[in-house]
Amino acid sequence: MTKKPEKKEVETTGHSWDGIEELNNPLPRWWVWTFYATIAWGIVYMIAYPAWPLINGATRGVLGFSTRAEVAADIQAVTDANAAIESKLAAADLTTVSADTELQSYAVNAGGAVFRTNCSQCHGSGAAGAKGYPNLLDDDWLWGGDIEAIAYTIRHGVRNDTDDAHFSEMSAFGEFMEEAEITQVVNHVLSLTGQDHDAGLAAAGAVVFEENCASCHMEDGSGDRDQGAPNLTDAIWLYGGDAETITATVTNGRFGVMPAWGPRLSDAQVNAVAAYVHQLGGGE
Amino acid sequence: MPSSDNQEPLYAAREPVFPRRVSGIFRNLKWWIMFATLGVYYLTPWIRWDRGENLPDQAVLVDLAGRRFFFFWIEIWPHEFYFIAGLLIMAGLGLFLFTSALGRVWCGYACPQTVWTDLFILVERWIEGDRNARVRLWKAKWNFRKWRLRITKWLVWVLIGLATGGAWVFYFTDAPALLADLLTFNAHPVAYTTIAFLTLTTVLFGGFAREQICIYMCPWPRIQAAMMDQDTLTVAYRSWRGEPRGKHRKAAGADKLGDCIDCNACVNVCPMGIDIREGQQLECITCALCIDACDDVMDKIGKPRGLIDYMALTDETAEISGNEPKKVWKHILRPRTILYTALWSLVGFGLVFALFIRPEIDMSVAPVRNPVFVTMSDGAIRNAYDVRLLNKHGDDRVFEMSVGSDTQLAIKLEGSEDGKSVLVPADDTLLQRVYVIAPPESAAAKAKITDVRFWVRDTVNDERTFTNSVFHGSGR
Repeated sequence: MTKKPEKKEVETTGHSWDGIEELNNPLPRWWVWTFYATIAWGIVYMIAYPAWPLINGATRGVLGFSTRAEVAADIQAVTDANAAIESKLAAADLTTVSADTELQSYAVNAGGAVFRTNCSQCHGSGAAGAKGYPNLLDDDWLWGGDIEAIAYTIRHGVRNDTDDAHFSEMSAFGEFMEEAEITQVVNHVLSLTGQDHDAGLAAAGAVVFEENCASCHMEDGSGDRDQGAPNLTDAIWLYGGDAETITATVTNGRFGVMPAWGPRLSDAQVNAVAAYVHQLGGGE
Repeated sequence: MPSSDNQEPLYAAREPVFPRRVSGIFRNLKWWIMFATLGVYYLTPWIRWDRGENLPDQAVLVDLAGRRFFFFWIEIWPHEFYFIAGLLIMAGLGLFLFTSALGRVWCGYACPQTVWTDLFILVERWIEGDRNARVRLWKAKWNFRKWRLRITKWLVWVLIGLATGGAWVFYFTDAPALLADLLTFNAHPVAYTTIAFLTLTTVLFGGFAREQICIYMCPWPRIQAAMMDQDTLTVAYRSWRGEPRGKHRKAAGADKLGDCIDCNACVNVCPMGIDIREGQQLECITCALCIDACDDVMDKIGKPRGLIDYMALTDETAEISGNEPKKVWKHILRPRTILYTALWSLVGFGLVFALFIRPEIDMSVAPVRNPVFVTMSDGAIRNAYDVRLLNKHGDDRVFEMSVGSDTQLAIKLEGSEDGKSVLVPADDTLLQRVYVIAPPESAAAKAKITDVRFWVRDTVNDERTFTNSVFHGSGR
């Protein structure tokens, strides 16, 4: 056995900072080869995949890979996978959807997505509505709260120019009522929900109400869903339940519009969003 | 500037290391540790454990698709990842403890790189012979014999690599089924790719790269160097006893020589290819094979053992100045190691405690904040909550939910027939929308915030658990 040769002094790079010199140890050979391999890999990658930016787009690469095409294929795969249940949902009797766990789960999730895309702009992402836009979480429904009624409202909308849309009109009573009469009827409406009111004015207002309002809102003020007339005796107000807002409503009328979604959404999407809205907590 | 006529090469080839066979206490210890660690690694996936019909019967299984980790009687869900984090903390503290007491003992005995390299060298020795034969073979021309021996060796290495990669994939799915699939070429491509990759790395790391992994790739030697101190036991050479070294025991002036006969036994057995007599160095993994080799030689020449020995820096200074070195237990038991042990045990006890008190059912409650409350037509205030119910049992269970009984609040589960119970599937969670309703004019309806406590009860064994949340009133 020969003795190992003495370790020779390691060369320095010649750089020196405050007397500390930098050693110039050679790299391990495998490290150098790994480095060369990464360079080779880089060249192959540039040829195989999109790499160099051009003025319009980039070099395509010989493998023809494209993230857009991958996404399109993914979307197509999901669409294909959902095709069966989509057609089942489109043809389903809505009242039986909730009994079919798989269909209900699909409808609620798909409906949630449709809702967030198309409905949340007015009704809010949490479906809580806003002034003039009904809250879909509560148990108060203008045009009916069972799933069929909800689907009808979604498909045809309210007070738009399609033929089957729900229609009714809260007139601007300021045009043909005295201001005193309006004050009286507002006091009557306030009395229906037990808010602060003048009993004398309210008694006079009851007469005005019966003559002008009861045909839609019913004599007791409980409203009529066939006409989309709100219930005035409950705690829920679409525009506000204080004296000032009620006065404005009676004086100027209200004309809330909802577009018909039937022409824009597929049958399956309408049914899905109906199922979604129906299970938000207020469905009948 | 470096002189141009004496340029260093830009890269250095690996100097091959041919560790000689050695026997002794530490070699035996390493054999046993290799036997145990490889045994645990290869055999663990094959241990069966009956958990009932809905759950896998593999004792140790990382079910990535089902997001479960099974370890004998323990089942870990993703939200219990803190157990894994705790084990990692214990592993970290354990490394601190062992490194401060015994230096790079992990590297020398238990690191997979060391264990597999040891196994690969064992194969190499069986096929090509011991150190001298291997050096000769390395220098020999590429004739038939050399090709035969090399190819045999590489083949055995590849088989070991295959078994290594193969054992790895068994931890992630049912082992017997996967083995059948693998052998009939029906297994998932991911399984084959993983095995191929791990076979490649095993052969590359254990067969060819070996000490290069420790010297150039592994970050632990640097970290460990920062955790050693003057009381840490490491492998060291008693230079004051050995020097001046010399071969010729009977020549003139031999009485002036130290105990080291310069036989190079310590160098020849070293798997890292270093000379321990140059002192502690970066490459040394403290595998202690040089101690075995030197003790053997000391026995033969009738000198006391321990020319190369486990020693701390304080011992060195003490011995050089003629004082008694510290006892071994004094190196191991000192405030630093006791503190590490205490912390390690603390985390360990914490984990065991957590393991015993964790419930078989659980829930998390997220109040729906969009909107925070809904006014109902009768003036009642309703809050919605997204409740995730968790059933760790192997069968479906009906859970019954309620809110704290000291309030007027009513609970209603969306889609539930009786409004309070729901079926939670076996070994799964269920996201349930839950409504809590405060009657009109009640305190909770009028307050801004009321504390509520949700209870969930397993109707089979009556186990209960609760989660606190809040109820938002109208604040009017």
